[in-house]
Amino acid sequence: MLRLIPDNTKIGFMAARKFCYGLSILGIVASIALFFSVGLNYGIDFEGGLAVEIGTTNDSAIDIGHVRGSLSDLGLGDVSVQEYGRPSEALIRVERQPGDDAAQKAALDLVRATLEKTVPDVSFRQENVIGPKVSGELKRDGIIAISVALAAVLIYIWFRFEWQFGLGAVIALFHDVILTIGFFAITQLEFNLSVIAALLTIVGYSLNDTVVVYDRIRENIRKFRKMEVPELIDFSLNQTLSRTTMTSFTTLLALLGLYIFGGEVIRGFTAAMIWGIFVGTYSSIFVASPLLTLMKLDREHMFNDVQDNDPTVDKSRSVDPFAN
Amino acid sequence: MSTYPRWKLLLILGVCLFGFTAALPNFLSEQQRAELPDFLPSKTLNLGLDLRGGVHLLLEAKTDDIIEGRLENLAGQVRDIRRNEKDINFTGVRIEGRSVIFSVSDEAMIEKARVALLPLTQASAGLGGMMGATVQEVAIEREGRKFTLTLTDEGISMQARDAISRALEVVRKRVDPDGTREITLQPQGDNRIVLQVPGESDPQRLLSVISTAAKLSFHDVNTNISPDDIARGRIRSSEKVLPVRGGGEMVIEKRAIVSGDDLVDAKAAFDQNGQPAVAFAFNTSGARRFGNHTRENVGRPFAIVLDNEIISAPRIITAILGGSGQITGIGGVEEAQELATLLKAGALPVPLEVMEQRTVGPDLGADSIAAGEVAAVIGFLAVVAYMFFGYGWFGIISNIALFTNVLLILGALSLFQATLTLPGIAGIVLTIGMAVDANVIIFERIREEQMAGRKPFAALSEGYGQAMSTVIDANITTFIAAFVLYFLGSGPVQGFAVTLGIGIITSVFSAVVLTRLILTTWLNRARPEKINI
Repeated sequence: MLRLIPDNTKIGFMAARKFCYGLSILGIVASIALFFSVGLNYGIDFEGGLAVEIGTTNDSAIDIGHVRGSLSDLGLGDVSVQEYGRPSEALIRVERQPGDDAAQKAALDLVRATLEKTVPDVSFRQENVIGPKVSGELKRDGIIAISVALAAVLIYIWFRFEWQFGLGAVIALFHDVILTIGFFAITQLEFNLSVIAALLTIVGYSLNDTVVVYDRIRENIRKFRKMEVPELIDFSLNQTLSRTTMTSFTTLLALLGLYIFGGEVIRGFTAAMIWGIFVGTYSSIFVASPLLTLMKLDREHMFNDVQDNDPTVDKSRSVDPFAN
Repeated sequence: MSTYPRWKLLLILGVCLFGFTAALPNFLSEQQRAELPDFLPSKTLNLGLDLRGGVHLLLEAKTDDIIEGRLENLAGQVRDIRRNEKDINFTGVRIEGRSVIFSVSDEAMIEKARVALLPLTQASAGLGGMMGATVQEVAIEREGRKFTLTLTDEGISMQARDAISRALEVVRKRVDPDGTREITLQPQGDNRIVLQVPGESDPQRLLSVISTAAKLSFHDVNTNISPDDIARGRIRSSEKVLPVRGGGEMVIEKRAIVSGDDLVDAKAAFDQNGQPAVAFAFNTSGARRFGNHTRENVGRPFAIVLDNEIISAPRIITAILGGSGQITGIGGVEEAQELATLLKAGALPVPLEVMEQRTVGPDLGADSIAAGEVAAVIGFLAVVAYMFFGYGWFGIISNIALFTNVLLILGALSLFQATLTLPGIAGIVLTIGMAVDANVIIFERIREEQMAGRKPFAALSEGYGQAMSTVIDANITTFIAAFVLYFLGSGPVQGFAVTLGIGIITSVFSAVVLTRLILTTWLNRARPEKINI
């Protein structure tokens, strides 16, 4: 069988934890610094303004420089023109116009008219105009969505696990979200609505990974009462390592297909997801799990909890309605 | 040996079969779909605008205009009281902010005025609101002889909702007069409308249709005023100056003889000279007023005013008693047709402002579908190949589950007519990658149990049992994210949340329930010494 990980590995993850803490803290600090210095390349969803995607009806290449020149003469402020996927397509972005929504529309008319003159056989593939009010709301809604998702997930973990696990999982989540924002600050990929969706999916995915490992750690704490915590975490991580890599790999395979063949429109979205898979996998192994050693696990309490609302022991079987 | 009760078996197979039949129409031609028997679902995927091309507009009613109109109206009601009630005299009626302010000229009038004003401040049943809920639209305050009538926030939002619900109908009639274009038109919040027109590639045309108020009215013309008087503004307060289409100005009576509200029909036609025109018909009361006016004013012109512009001012040759007529001087045939549609739909109760405009051309939509399909197929094949090489026979079973899963997602999306967007396709691809996760967790567990010395049946049973809570936990976390996205996201992002959410449910079913059924059946038949996993 083709396996990424051999059976019965005994990798000492915990030995590397100091190094990984350092690495993660460095990453987080760098991400925050980049966010406030360089900033994100917000799409028009959040900034307002207009974006026009053009192509040519006969697939002839578009002279980007020429288009840029003619559009910057219009006095519309910051205008960016870039090739979009292939030479016969281009994306034009114009910053939000001062004034109300009608001003945005007037700018669009002007851009359209200019493009019709400068690009032979132009076809308008996509046009988006976002007014200042809506972009502000979308930004607010995005922040609310992420906060609510984090809060919901926190509540869920809090119910399902002891508080130490909950805290560890949430730290790992913030770690992933912050590093992903740092990724967007470095690459200057467009940060738009669909990236918010990607961020939330990363939250779900990373937690998924963390929960699988935590489930195993908790189970082993009950099984091996004598084992030291660091050793026990290492043991659990090795046990679940095969699954962790398998799942990350299959998800990555599917996402790569999407990244390469899915077209320009969702490339930023897939890039975020791919990055998120890496960061999420890393954080559940090297951040979320080792963090448990820093917080005092109340093992006595957990042993006595067996009869209680415990998912990893016997209750699990009654969860499955199709079990015999 | 373990056996499944028959009902469980039937239930599991039934769900699969139902999902397959729901997904089936997507793989048939239109003709084949028409031939499907009635009891089978025949709906295909409902593609979002980003995939089929079209225009998405977010429109906002200018609340200020609504407030202004309501204040004018309120001031008018106050003046009516002054005119109709002999013992009450109001002075200094004016509009300030959101209030109408005035004073009674004598202390003795205060009580009478209070009674007379009472009807204005009475709570009215919420228009379009909840049943039985009443809203106090106007609050009254008095300070000495000074009265202040103020519009309440609830009253304003009620007015806005009412204007929006009327505007919805007008926009629908204008954009889709024949009801054949599958447009989506929804109110959003108190004062917004979302309009989606699939297949439309010219937002300009759409915008011009929406942004026209189409306020039509017929007015008497004052012909005794010289251009010099107009220039000096020497006109009566009951009159106003309006531009004439094609140049020039005219003075007309502010009060309309008849307005567009009384129109019952309008269609494009040609006048006696073969020029494009719009033929219209009034309702009974409109016809009567128009008839009376034309009978008394033969020989004089009247002005046809559309959105504060005089389109034409024909001379009345004979009384027009039938309640129908023609508007000439319109321009081209297309303009006549557009005007007829606008007039028939009625005037917009409130101007609409475009807050957000997204247009996807048909090429891009088709390209996106193609790209999404390729990506999904390649992602699927890559995962299938990997699972096969990683788990052999078990991999095949998990691939059967994966295939079932994809069909179930397509079936569910078609059945519920959830909108499939490009991020939605990404959601399906992502689900393909993550769906095998449950299998991986279970298979790894079975391997462990076997390595720990368990026999196949026990290993299988333990593997599923032990893995179950982990699988549920892992999926619930992603489901929470999808849930939040659905309720807080918009448009394409919501589409992503829907496919992700459906994908999680179907993948747990196919990856846990279905594979267990297959594996148990296989173990019963083959009875291997050892599971090769």
